Amino acid sequence: MSSTAPKQIHLAAHFPGVNNTTVWSDPEAGSHMDFASFKHLARTAERAKFDFFFLAEGLRMREHAGALHELDVAGRPDGLAILAALAAVTERLGLVATITTTYHEPYELARQLASLDHLSEGRAGWNLVTSSDAFTGANFRRGAYLRYDQRYERGEQFVLAVNSLWDSWPGSAAAEEPPTGSNGHPGPGAFAVSGTQVQIAGEFTVPRSPQGHPVMLQAGDSDAGREFAAQYADGIFSRHGKLEDGLRFYADVKGRLARYGRTADELLILPGATFVLGDTDNEALELAREVRHQQVSGRHAIMFLEQLWNRDLSAYDSDGPLPDVDPDVESEGRAQGSAQARTLQREAVQTAERWRQRAQADNLSIRELVIEMTARQAFIGSPETVAATLNAYVQADACDGFILVPHITPGGLDRFANEVVPRLQERGTFRSDYEGTTLRQHLGSARA
Amino acid sequence: MASATLTEPFLLSSQIATLDYVSRGRAGWQLDVSTDPGAGRLVGPRTIPAGAELYREAIDHVEVVRRLWDSWDDDAEIRDSATHRFIDRRRVHYIDFEGADFSVKGPSITPRPPQAQPVIATVVSDDATQALAVATADVAIITEPDGRALTRRASAMRASAQEAGRDPDGLLLFAEVDAVLDADERVASERRSRLDAGPDPVPSSRGLPLTGTPSAAADQLTAWAELGVDGFRLAPADLPLDLPAISAQLSGELRRRGVLRDAYEASTLRGLLGLRRPASRYAAA
Repeated sequence: MSSTAPKQIHLAAHFPGVNNTTVWSDPEAGSHMDFASFKHLARTAERAKFDFFFLAEGLRMREHAGALHELDVAGRPDGLAILAALAAVTERLGLVATITTTYHEPYELARQLASLDHLSEGRAGWNLVTSSDAFTGANFRRGAYLRYDQRYERGEQFVLAVNSLWDSWPGSAAAEEPPTGSNGHPGPGAFAVSGTQVQIAGEFTVPRSPQGHPVMLQAGDSDAGREFAAQYADGIFSRHGKLEDGLRFYADVKGRLARYGRTADELLILPGATFVLGDTDNEALELAREVRHQQVSGRHAIMFLEQLWNRDLSAYDSDGPLPDVDPDVESEGRAQGSAQARTLQREAVQTAERWRQRAQADNLSIRELVIEMTARQAFIGSPETVAATLNAYVQADACDGFILVPHITPGGLDRFANEVVPRLQERGTFRSDYEGTTLRQHLGSARA
Repeated sequence: MASATLTEPFLLSSQIATLDYVSRGRAGWQLDVSTDPGAGRLVGPRTIPAGAELYREAIDHVEVVRRLWDSWDDDAEIRDSATHRFIDRRRVHYIDFEGADFSVKGPSITPRPPQAQPVIATVVSDDATQALAVATADVAIITEPDGRALTRRASAMRASAQEAGRDPDGLLLFAEVDAVLDADERVASERRSRLDAGPDPVPSSRGLPLTGTPSAAADQLTAWAELGVDGFRLAPADLPLDLPAISAQLSGELRRRGVLRDAYEASTLRGLLGLRRPASRYAAA
């Protein structure tokens, strides 16, 4: 008999907002802007002893065919400003916002995160993403200044810059030798960073924060992104939620750690995961079907198809068969501002053919096909089934935990907190109370 | 406080709007321009404008922030189940700002904040900052060392605002006041002398020196209020001593004189300042 303790699960709560899993038409759906909604979800997550609360970022409103996208939730607050307010109404929950290194400035971000770490007494974190699209750049001073292959060049210099700012005050190993500012005045806060993408110097004005370095997650999935995460990140917000896929991703990324002198437990793999709970597995399946139909209306389905076909398909009936014309691969893409659209356009003709075959084989309408094709990993079942499945994924090393994405704001996590979490606690694989006070301690991460 | 020189107007607009949501209408931005040459090195690589160009760029920055705050109509979120539309895109607007230094497309990612236009305040200490305030601010915080200079600056500002076609009720003038208070008048005077003679003498940018007992200070403020300003920003010279004296005693003295509110008469910062909630520049008439 092995006496090895079971692996502990990490859980986070993703605020449902601007994405196509959020259901706004449900009678239970509340505001995506009122602070009360953020507070409700954060306090629910904290009551359930989650590791952290998570916010996405999107710095340009989504468009379709040259006009603003109207069908999904739109409008979001600034993530770090919401987290600062949440720090006052929570005690132990980690607070993580997604930040693109392309359009933020390292000096300002280092100040914001260190301040949040002070305010929250060690619960601050960020999820690093990189971007290079001209579409988002149109909202920023520098416009579309960064080539796709330079995203991680800037990302890396950005991380090294914020780390050196955080290390510029006493209290860190790095600051034991007094830093020297470029102005010749050594002292707390002096820094100088000189790279191709980041060139800054001056004095950092925020004393060292409780965590030293706030926790950093990373969300990129390219080879460069995985390598970057292996070298620098404390965790990955992964899109590999399915079992087989998760096992492969987990092995791949954890296998990269040794070359940076890191161990497997220093980088947590946390896929985003949706869930639907019912009293029985069958009831949950039925509910999940309803949710999918709320998420994908006929207009959604046509619009989704237009992203791939890159044509006006508004004349097609969403309850009828797929178009027999091929995608337009010559013109510029119709959909802007979502990662999903960019991925689709790369292999449009082959994908369209695959979808046609699938629709014919299963006799699916456009809407039914889109519902099938866009299904993310969803944990569907009774609380017992979902607890068992989540646990099995973690014990099998498909991941270290999950960033749960409820589909209803703000009450979408309530039932999970009340009924699934206790079942994980009974299994001894999820904490019954917080053991530490900082986010880094919740994650079991030694790095600082 | 945030610098127009160093921040992205798109991000700052969303940050202040978010603070306005979180506080349900109490947010403001103290606009700052980074004239210190060292400040420009905190961001980069980027070329920071110099001299007068800095202020021109700051005016552009504020214009972008204000347009973004207006870029969603108040009723843009429709949640119309019949047409499956969450927003009505005719009520969300590109701002299409094109300036000499940067351009911003919009619309904001954040819907129109509760106050519509959160309050913008800025410190006025010379002609350049006066021009900036007249061009951009709801509240100008004037730092002048004495009553005579304050009167001069206040009347120059009112004239300049009128010339610029601004609603006279839309720009409030506050005077910066540096407060050293003590129940014993001699103790306050001694602290003031020590501050003036100290290794870091109090610069004149600290504004009007207010020294004495809370009661005398209330009389002094009431007299200064006759010099053409709408209010004061009180800076406690020594936080642990002067903040309690202001909040517990000076405020009581002012209230007894009938020149300070007993209770909040409005729930938003604009409301407390007597500023109306403006219509959007983009909303259909």
